[in-house]
Amino acid sequence: MRGRTVREVSQALRQGRISPTELCQRCLSLIKKTKVLNAYITVSEDQAMKQAADAEKRLQKGYVAPFNATVVQRLLDQGAVLMGKTNLDEFAMGSGSVDSIFGPVRNPWGYSEQYRERQVEGQDTEDSNWVIAGGSSGGSAVAVASWTCFASLGSDTGGSTRNPAAHCGVVGFKSSYGLLSRHGLIPLVNSMDVPGIMSRCVDDTSTVLGVLAGHDPKDSTTVQDLFKPFELPEEIDVRNLCVGIPKEYHASGLSAETLEMWGKAADLFENAGAKVIEVSLPHTQYSIVCYHVLCTAEVASNMARFDGLEYGHRSNVESSTEALYAATRHEGFNDVVRGRILAGNYFLLKQNYDDYFVKAQKVRRLIANDFLKVFGSGVDVLLTPATLSDASTFAEFTKEDNRTRCAQEDIFTQSANLAGLPAVTVPATLSGRGLPLSLQFIGRAFCDEQLLTVAKWFEQRMKFPLLNLQTLLNNPSEPLKSQTSLRAL
Amino acid sequence: MMALRASGRCAGTLGRLTVVRRCARPTAGGRDGSSRWEGVVGLEVHAQLCCNSKLFSGSHVQFSAPPNSLVSYLDASLPGTLPVLNKHCVEGAVKTALAVNCTINKKSTFDRKHYFYADLPVGYQITQQRCPIAVDGNLAYSLSVGKNNMIPKSVRIKQIQLEQDSGKSLHDDARTQTLIDLNRAGVGLIEIVMEPDMRCGDEAAAAVRELQLILQTLGTSHGNMAEGQLRVDANISVHQPGEPYGVRTEVKNINSARFLARAIDYEIQRQIEVLENGGKILNETRAFDYKSGQTISMRDKEGKQDYRFMPEPNLPPLIIYDNETLPANMNPQQVVNIDSIRAQLPELPCVKRTRLVEKYGIRNEHSFTLVNEDGLVQFYERVVEQTQASPKKVIGWVINDFLALLKQDNVKVHQSPISPTDMSEVLNLLEDRSISSSVAKQVSEIRQGNWKVINKLIGQVQRATHGRTSPSLVKSILEKKLS
Repeated sequence: MRGRTVREVSQALRQGRISPTELCQRCLSLIKKTKVLNAYITVSEDQAMKQAADAEKRLQKGYVAPFNATVVQRLLDQGAVLMGKTNLDEFAMGSGSVDSIFGPVRNPWGYSEQYRERQVEGQDTEDSNWVIAGGSSGGSAVAVASWTCFASLGSDTGGSTRNPAAHCGVVGFKSSYGLLSRHGLIPLVNSMDVPGIMSRCVDDTSTVLGVLAGHDPKDSTTVQDLFKPFELPEEIDVRNLCVGIPKEYHASGLSAETLEMWGKAADLFENAGAKVIEVSLPHTQYSIVCYHVLCTAEVASNMARFDGLEYGHRSNVESSTEALYAATRHEGFNDVVRGRILAGNYFLLKQNYDDYFVKAQKVRRLIANDFLKVFGSGVDVLLTPATLSDASTFAEFTKEDNRTRCAQEDIFTQSANLAGLPAVTVPATLSGRGLPLSLQFIGRAFCDEQLLTVAKWFEQRMKFPLLNLQTLLNNPSEPLKSQTSLRAL
Repeated sequence: MMALRASGRCAGTLGRLTVVRRCARPTAGGRDGSSRWEGVVGLEVHAQLCCNSKLFSGSHVQFSAPPNSLVSYLDASLPGTLPVLNKHCVEGAVKTALAVNCTINKKSTFDRKHYFYADLPVGYQITQQRCPIAVDGNLAYSLSVGKNNMIPKSVRIKQIQLEQDSGKSLHDDARTQTLIDLNRAGVGLIEIVMEPDMRCGDEAAAAVRELQLILQTLGTSHGNMAEGQLRVDANISVHQPGEPYGVRTEVKNINSARFLARAIDYEIQRQIEVLENGGKILNETRAFDYKSGQTISMRDKEGKQDYRFMPEPNLPPLIIYDNETLPANMNPQQVVNIDSIRAQLPELPCVKRTRLVEKYGIRNEHSFTLVNEDGLVQFYERVVEQTQASPKKVIGWVINDFLALLKQDNVKVHQSPISPTDMSEVLNLLEDRSISSSVAKQVSEIRQGNWKVINKLIGQVQRATHGRTSPSLVKSILEKKLS
């Protein structure tokens, strides 16, 4: 049963080879066995079993919705079974999924046979040598990677779905902005946020996309055009394809392995008859700063609602409304969030607005135009790295602060958010340490089908290995030689 | 509490609240009358749009509903909720803008105005700061100076913008707590900004009155100040003609038509005095206190607030079409067409008044009185239709007698038991001299329900019968006849 895609398992369900409740039970028990990975913050066991039972009874009625996000609701309406809510960096700020009040998320590949057999004997097995999952939607990526579910949703504002997907060896997809509804998605940067889809293969992603995409009257930024769900072909011909390699993505800090894999992938396309050319996105170097100005400004605005009056944490301070607000917000936000709010408010001050916010919007326009120009010259998709290298250990990752890490890691992914373009990361191979290495494809706006087709072609040729978690599953409470308890931050 | 010595008709002490009236140019000066001050008044009027649901959410809109019973997830600022623009509100704004001759911006945008306050759950108000829906209009109104003398005036409309209303705060000082009612949070408002073309309280009051009539005629707002559907903030400064404008103060919280002129005139006088005594006017916000009739400084923070304006990212630009620009296959649900709206505009008050004057030969001031009272125009026109009396005679009865009766009993035209037919019958009798005018008046009073006048009738019966009737019998016969 393990290793089956949505497609395969739904066939098995239809053919009666497995029942919904059996399937659900197996996933739930896997969740329990992989608890050390800390992917889930809530496991909705009862609800999941009930939904599976209902599915078994072939109930066709819709669910009575309390306030569900549109994308969640659309899945539930199609009979999907919700396994639970997953862990993430607080308020989706971070690229490691380590800044969570529920404790950090662990990459299952850090417990894999592939990783462990490459560990040097006698190496320090301190607990902090576990491998990070990437972020901010790390829990969602790990949930899929560790077979506990068949697909998961995350958010992608600067790469928060694609980054952990790349580190966890699963497909991470960010659709074109305006294709998926953001109603119910807690906003980080309204003009860049997209609900992300993660799964174990590109076909599954396109299946989920088919359920989710399309206009939502509750979200005024979704396009009104009718969306037609598509099925990707099995036989794909790339001979008429033009693949662009943006030269500015040769970032410093890019690992030798990643660079080599990137080159090999380009060759693969060329050998199959595609046209592979170098292109230029000259304003790439400004994207990090541009992103941070706009992101912090929107964050400061979006976080203004968290005053503890209507919902959420509320301080006990009673001396005045202002004091109450200040205390509530200080207590309720971690320092990463507070830092971004302060920065954002600074940029939005009247005296600073033109120099920072407006300037950043202009730079954003230039970055978007770079892509338009390249796609307008005949390029169909861009092929880029997804991350600088494979996933770090927790010890290594926490040597730098959150903001620095984001700045470093987001370089490949955030431009797609600035420009509203679809992008997908596909696992390619294992690194020298035995951890996943993925590559990214960026497509034209609303050409999500073409993008996923190219991604599938690549996936078919990569034959990325299955995750071997045998050790972890056999000894769920002793992931490493020395037993230490999980350290919450 | 300073006595004001002034030329012209201005008189009174501030302490006794008899402020400047009927004067387009309040003046104050030294004994030689050499320095003449001029008030400069601009207004920001907020009108609540008359729509079933709120500007960005589907919550129902209703005055005086149980607290927090009309609050959607969006109104309560639950994260993940998104604003969706109410088409009816947009149409209301366009109608209003057309009625005051504004240019409609075919593309306008929304912004967030940030500040923290308990009745603003999301921490910002969605408004239109950069590019409002309409600009550059003008409002024509008339100022009454003395009996039967009306001067035409106009004030430029700087802009009209759509924005959200906030919730309500009820301060419970006894328990040092504030209660928040979010029913009003998110209700659609239009802010109408009037340039500082007005010179005193009366002008401002007359302009607001005209705007109120327009809004009510269009149906875009009930414009009831007592119910908070129309709120006025005044920007007031003084200067000497020929000199640049002075520093202005903003007087907020004027929620009654009655106090609008008073508050403004008080502030003008206050500023004149400060300047005459060598002081400086501070650019501050002041509140009007009804009890004392004074404006009070509201300064509780040093420095001005920075609202950190930012474009609202969840709302694309608002595109409004006309017949020329309308694309072929648009979903009609998604279209606001200026030309269609213009074609359906009802008869505006100024047009109505002109028509009445031309058609019936009545005086200008009378047309104002007719239009000012809800339902009175229809009443008048129906009476004229049914009676032989000339329109000029009818107007006198309607304005002097009928209206007086309404005011006496504090009822509206449609609530009065006197129908146009009743009145026309009385007037017909008057025309062929069957009754005298004083009788006609009495009949009206009785018809209205003022039975005190019965006593007069009893007296007349007594006289006619030379005292040979019993008063109580007469009374009961009369009551029967009259009921």
